[in-house]
Amino acid sequence: MLGAAAVGTIALRRGEPINALWLVMAATCCYVLGYRFYSRFIAAKIIALDGLRATPAERLENGRDFLVTNKWVVFGHHFAAIAGPGPLVGPVLAAQFGYLPGTMWVLAGAVFAGCVQDFVILLFSVRRDGKSLTEMAKDEIGIIGGFVAYVAVIAILIILLGVAALIVVNALKASPWGTFTIAMTMPIALLMGVYLRRIRPGKVLEVSALGFVLVLAAIWGGQYVSQSDSLAKLFTFSAPTLAILIMVYGFAASALPVWLLLAPRDYLSTFVKLGTIALLGVGIVALHPTLHMPALTRFVDGTGPVFAGKIFPFAFITIACGAISGFHSLISSGTTPKLIARETETRMVGYGAMMAESAVAVMAIIAACVMQPGIYFAINSPAGIVGQAPATAAATISSWGFPVTAAEMQTLAHAVGEQTLYNRTGGAPAFAVGMAHIFSHSLGGEALMALWYHFAIMFEALFILTILDAGTRVARFMVQDAFAHVYKPLGRTSWYPSILATSALIVGAWGYFLWQGVKDPLGGINSLWPLFGISNQLLATVALCVATTIIIKMHRVKYAAVTLVPLAWLVAVTFTASWHKMFDPNPRVGFLAQAQTLAAGPATGATARLIFNNRLDATVTGVLVVLVTLVLVESLRQWWGILNGSREARMRESPFVRTRLVEEQG
Amino acid sequence: MNSGIGAFHNFAATVLAMLREIFDEAAYARFLRRAGVASSSKAYAAFRREFEEAKVRRPRCC
Repeated sequence: MLGAAAVGTIALRRGEPINALWLVMAATCCYVLGYRFYSRFIAAKIIALDGLRATPAERLENGRDFLVTNKWVVFGHHFAAIAGPGPLVGPVLAAQFGYLPGTMWVLAGAVFAGCVQDFVILLFSVRRDGKSLTEMAKDEIGIIGGFVAYVAVIAILIILLGVAALIVVNALKASPWGTFTIAMTMPIALLMGVYLRRIRPGKVLEVSALGFVLVLAAIWGGQYVSQSDSLAKLFTFSAPTLAILIMVYGFAASALPVWLLLAPRDYLSTFVKLGTIALLGVGIVALHPTLHMPALTRFVDGTGPVFAGKIFPFAFITIACGAISGFHSLISSGTTPKLIARETETRMVGYGAMMAESAVAVMAIIAACVMQPGIYFAINSPAGIVGQAPATAAATISSWGFPVTAAEMQTLAHAVGEQTLYNRTGGAPAFAVGMAHIFSHSLGGEALMALWYHFAIMFEALFILTILDAGTRVARFMVQDAFAHVYKPLGRTSWYPSILATSALIVGAWGYFLWQGVKDPLGGINSLWPLFGISNQLLATVALCVATTIIIKMHRVKYAAVTLVPLAWLVAVTFTASWHKMFDPNPRVGFLAQAQTLAAGPATGATARLIFNNRLDATVTGVLVVLVTLVLVESLRQWWGILNGSREARMRESPFVRTRLVEEQG
Repeated sequence: MNSGIGAFHNFAATVLAMLREIFDEAAYARFLRRAGVASSSKAYAAFRREFEEAKVRRPRCC
């Protein structure tokens, strides 16, 4: 009843602002109901969780990868692995449609699609000795499934890394305070590395807490850097310079054995990430701010300044990870299945951790919507849409019905310690302003607004950079594994020619997308975030194909809708979005239309490059769609063959072994 | 009252165990047990070498 009232209030209230607690209440009730009833139904009727069946953690326990672990510990581990910048950035960008579409999709998408995907893939991996998604796709669908899953993972990684780096660039450009804080994390990480290695070996929690205190001191010190003319100059960079610095960093992080820097940074980033998410949750409940963004804005028609495209399908591919993320299926079939002690725990870990991720997305929506809409659009709109001059930008945004003045923006920029907040596309600065608003009203008042803003920027940039260095290394290993089939030494992870070549290849690939974004007059996010969303959701399509195939092979056809409906929805969303991104006649939406417009306009030095970039983006989108279509066709052939009896429903599950854990406990 | 303290103790222990697992302290403890050595700068270096290869291959989420 409470949930229905909350959802009803969110959906039906028009014309006056609502309190953020309605979103919190709606989310809590949806999660409780989804977990209590829907996940239980799936567990009991479809996949038949068996508490007596020994898991790989028990059967193959080796004290390293395979290890029987407490379910709450696995839950925390799994959540820490799946929580990335996606659920923070996507919902902030999608807030241009208003708070309603994003909230509804985050809740419904998570309960009926994202949580289900994570849960069933985790269970199926547990029943196959912890096999990865690509291996399961190969075993259950066929060799095409495995190949496409592999290509999709590499493509997502590259696009994700490009877009993540662009978010950092947009957050740090012309910001000496933010750049100084992030630069200081390097010596802090080095210090942590020395402490871990020489002073207190292995005391990671202790040194992470110490590193966190030092980072807070760096944020505090950043204000003095930004106020000093000579120091501010040292830490003020343009977007292209920052892009080059980030590429150099990514290459060094991938190619050099920099355990001294990278491992401590990883820990520091995880510490800050978990702490900040918890703090934001407490801040929202304590302050329960009012949402100033309307439920629906005029931009549902596709003319939005943050990114172009109508609410369907673009709200869904933009939110991506907050509702369903294909990438989670890699985690659910990676480390986590090797730690699960009992099959029955997959429900809490798989379904439950995705609910927590979705709750983070709800918090991001709240952070974006507590701002006055005019301010939100001023921060997130590129100069190419609203104009470069503050007065022009303010006038353009006000003419859309979202009043904002240049003086108001100047006051806000001053309050957060920045020179300007205009054209800060990418979502991170808008999220930081919203978060600073919530924190400063809960703790410390307006006087601390600048500190909270830079804390939020540091939090986002730090963990995006961690994903950048770790992601580059993961992609390098995947490419090395593939190259080993051609020439064995290329697969050796300690052979330097291979390390340098594959690192350069991966950094060159995501660096290309980053450079393209930095040089894009429309801000880069307009092209790259949809591309990331499409590839992420296409990977989820592959994961749901694998899940549906296994459910059909388990002779649970009458319940196959549980994965088939989300699969059909994702196919509709991703294929429609891909079609629009490739062929829409509006040059702000369609890559090819934009290339055509550029070709018809005056030729400048950058025109040829922009035309090429748009054609490349269209080609990447097209190739991904074709590959996923092949998986779909192959899956359909499997299902049809099994249902008409021409194909044997042979699964590659590990044989049943009775658990010893029950006897030990009881 | 006692059961309240006990529940709190259990909760705190679980959170700590979760953090120790996330931050690889538990993995290091297992390494020390497996190798039969005491914690030292050399042991930690060996642990990092062994652990690094597996950890960098883990997918990181978006």
